[in-house]
Amino acid sequence: MNKTTKSNFITYGMVIAAYVIMQILVGTGSVSSLLKGLLVPLCIYVVLALSLNLTVGIMGELSLGHAGFMCVGAFSSAVFSVVTVDTITNVAVRFTLAIIIGAIVAAIFGIILGIPVLRLRGDYLAIVTLAFGEIVKNFINVVYLGIDKNGFHFSMKDSVSLNMEEGSKVIINGAQGITGTPKNATFTIGIVIILISLFVILNLINSRSGRAIMAIRDNRIAAESVGINITKYKLMAFTISASIAGVAGVLYAHNLSTLTALPKNFGYNMSIMILVFVVLGGIGNMRGSIIAAVLLTLLPELLRGLNDYRMLIYAIVLIVMMLFNWSPKAREFRDKYSLKRLFSKKNAQKEEA
Amino acid sequence: MSFISYLINGISLGSIYALIALGYTMVYGIAKMLNFAHGDIIMIGGFTLFVVMNTLGLPPLVAVLIAIAICTALGVIIEKVAYKPLRQASPLAVLITAIGVSYLLQNVALLIFGANTKLFTSVVTVPAISLAEGQINISGETTVTIIASIIIMIGLMLFIKKSKAGQAMLAVSEDKGAAELMGINVNATITLTFAIGSALAAIAGALLCSAYPTLTPYTGAMPGIKAFVAAVFGGIGSIPGAFIGGILLGIIENLSKAYISSQMADAIVFAVLIVVLLVKPTGILGKKINEKV
Amino acid sequence: MKKALSFILALSMVVSLTACGNAATSDSAAEGTEAAATTEAADGTTFKIGGIGPVTGGAAVYGLAVKNGAQIAIDEINAAGGVNGAQLEFNFQDDEHDAEKSVNAYNTLKDWNMQMLMGTVTSTPCIAVAQESNNDQIFQLTPSGSSVPCVQYDNAFRICFSDPNQGLKSAQYIGENGLASKVAVIYDSSDVYSSGIYEKFVEESKNQNIEVVAAEAFTADSKTDFTVQLQKAKDAGAELVFLPIYYSEAALILAQANTMGFAPQFFGCDGLDGILTVENFDTKLAENVMLLTPFAADATDDLTKKFVETYKSKFNETPNQFAADAYDAIYTIKAALEEAKATPDMNAQDLCEVLKTAMTTITIDGLTGEGMSWTADGEVNKAPKAVKIVNGVYTAM
Repeated sequence: MNKTTKSNFITYGMVIAAYVIMQILVGTGSVSSLLKGLLVPLCIYVVLALSLNLTVGIMGELSLGHAGFMCVGAFSSAVFSVVTVDTITNVAVRFTLAIIIGAIVAAIFGIILGIPVLRLRGDYLAIVTLAFGEIVKNFINVVYLGIDKNGFHFSMKDSVSLNMEEGSKVIINGAQGITGTPKNATFTIGIVIILISLFVILNLINSRSGRAIMAIRDNRIAAESVGINITKYKLMAFTISASIAGVAGVLYAHNLSTLTALPKNFGYNMSIMILVFVVLGGIGNMRGSIIAAVLLTLLPELLRGLNDYRMLIYAIVLIVMMLFNWSPKAREFRDKYSLKRLFSKKNAQKEEA
Repeated sequence: MSFISYLINGISLGSIYALIALGYTMVYGIAKMLNFAHGDIIMIGGFTLFVVMNTLGLPPLVAVLIAIAICTALGVIIEKVAYKPLRQASPLAVLITAIGVSYLLQNVALLIFGANTKLFTSVVTVPAISLAEGQINISGETTVTIIASIIIMIGLMLFIKKSKAGQAMLAVSEDKGAAELMGINVNATITLTFAIGSALAAIAGALLCSAYPTLTPYTGAMPGIKAFVAAVFGGIGSIPGAFIGGILLGIIENLSKAYISSQMADAIVFAVLIVVLLVKPTGILGKKINEKV
Repeated sequence: MKKALSFILALSMVVSLTACGNAATSDSAAEGTEAAATTEAADGTTFKIGGIGPVTGGAAVYGLAVKNGAQIAIDEINAAGGVNGAQLEFNFQDDEHDAEKSVNAYNTLKDWNMQMLMGTVTSTPCIAVAQESNNDQIFQLTPSGSSVPCVQYDNAFRICFSDPNQGLKSAQYIGENGLASKVAVIYDSSDVYSSGIYEKFVEESKNQNIEVVAAEAFTADSKTDFTVQLQKAKDAGAELVFLPIYYSEAALILAQANTMGFAPQFFGCDGLDGILTVENFDTKLAENVMLLTPFAADATDDLTKKFVETYKSKFNETPNQFAADAYDAIYTIKAALEEAKATPDMNAQDLCEVLKTAMTTITIDGLTGEGMSWTADGEVNKAPKAVKIVNGVYTAM
């Protein structure tokens, strides 16, 4: 077993261990309602962080529009679930289909956006993805979609102009979004999706394609000169990343009974939040992303005791963590006093003895 | 006639974006970092003005000077504490720290001033211009903002071209390492950049709040992002580009509200941005990047 | 070496997760014992009321108002001897105007052993929380969650009007009083409250012979410049501009209309209340603005006067309609508890059962309406007051 495989197994093991421990704790009733309610959101943010890390860390491009992919995944799957809630009564089948739909729709958007924009680089790509996310959010807010026995009705004005017959159902009601999505997302499904995402990403990294993607990241011109098809590999990574974000959106939509495209949940703020997970956890480091996503999602909840000062402290902690993680001086300090080094010293002493 | 009205309103909105974008592009061009806290420094400038004018009762000009002083100091402190230690780290790390600073400023303002909207007294005393028998109005704020952004744009360009410190900035933006070897104090130059950027933010705050007179702890966030878009639109790092980008953004936003759909105006603005970047990948006045192997 | 590091990381993750779990549980346990201690001290007599709303973020102004308004009512009630001889305890949690954070806040309150919920303040989070509170059967009374599905379950009630109701009433008022035949609407298409009112208003305007000549939207991302919307309303010849929006945007709209020299009749809903109290606002701009609001901060009745005075002295601000809704919500809970002869040792589910029935039998005179009563579907019956701003103060019409 080589080093990467071992490292990958540790990552899987960590997720499974966290799952088992949480399940035991939930089973014995020693978990607060808050934490129980947080389990699914934690999974959602972990999946999002993994997805963005594929774009930022492996492909080396900055995306500020991941909330847009999440948004299309969430809305497409929620529409499906609301429409079929009475016809497909088997929850497992319906939710699996919803996940697949979310993933495919997000992937399609990834391709549509990726083909023209992936030739942009750096901050220009970042701003185009940000623009994409904002367009999606703005568009969703003016869409009205209803269904009656004649089929779907679509309008961009208001729900009255859908002209529907009796017994109809408004599915997307403009800014009021979708209400009544079945609450199907569970911790177990969330963990399974994390594991699948991890599997896809880690396998991609260690595949021929993954090496090509990373070669493009490290030196585009050199990669091109050895005959790597830049567009193809970039598009591949981007699409996979988008569809994973879409699945996170599916979980999001099926965890709350209401789904609206507010700046808070699907705007650039959310995209930046995900980026914070990725950067804090270490760019390109999947395990770091998981840990950072968990810690930063829990942090504001654990700070609730501070009342009005909660978000202030959160901001300070974020800055301090960034400085501690990234500044060269702090890194030096950590290397000097890290556990790793202490352990190795002890080992060295033992060997001497 | 109404078209001209829409156009003028677009220009007046755009001049605000342009003014903010100048500060953005300045910091980005030299320090190569997206200062997401720029919008919040604008907000702090607005609150400083509000306190100085309404609580202390000082005249607007004094208030603007005090706001410039406070914002400059704030910008320098933020740079020293939060950005300087990360100078060698990934640019993304600095970006995230800037976001942290942005949250921090918003929440400090929330705790000090509360969430209630405050109405800002305009610092501008220039009268409005009325054309075509009152059918077209150009407010004093618009006149001042446009003139201020043009003066600042030319001033910045002259400063960078003619002064020693400006040349040092240019050198730092080209190549930090080489600049250091040439005896340029890179840290001092970047600090100076932040000082100027933050002073510009204070002026932008004064004019933003005069033109759109509501003030909350979140006032700066959205104009900040829009100005960032404007800066990219015009070619980020380019000073005249920021000005043109800002004005164009304002015009596109208002014309699409007027003639296409007021609901979809944001989407249209961003769609135009995507198209422009696809045609001209470094923005309207952006420099072509020469790639080396 | 790498292995050791990974192991430490993995371990730290597991530890942090379990630590969080433990911390949270021990927290709640500690609070539980603390609460138990206080209840013991007070002979088992505190009702625990939870509150949820945004106290940080862009919507903080509404959450803070509700929090403060409710706190005044709680303090008054406690000073006067409490409810059924029991004191009230109040715990308000932040949701940042986000559905997911709101459910987190709800769960935090559940860990605190909340017996009934006064919240949430904003509509979208309210719908998400109502789903949870219905599953748990915890009584919920929202002061200001106005969209229709907020009270779709039988355990949820509200103090404010529903959005469609406001749109309907506004159109009827304009039509019946012949205020205008050509109306323009400026609304926030990214906001649930605003688009909810707008939609019903347009629907009803047909029955009232009102022509909607311009329906212009703005969004949360571009709410500083309204000149285009106003210009279009002006060009369309609107005699009245209907503003189903909140007062901070309305203040800008009024100022910009003034600069443009556009002076139609402005008409708003309860969201417009508070416009006169915006710090530094030139009240001349709001002259002749009409609004349908259940609450007016400068009303002269004793109840309002006392409330506004207390609020000003405590929080240094003039209360808006949200604060008043929250104040009424706490008194409504009090009345319902008294009606049901509830005792604090009852659990949340039993309380929910008795309060549900009690809600439909009580009648309350509050800040936001006289003789407020509720139907089983959660909606309130009260009369909206139409007021006009004359010389900088509300004048009844």
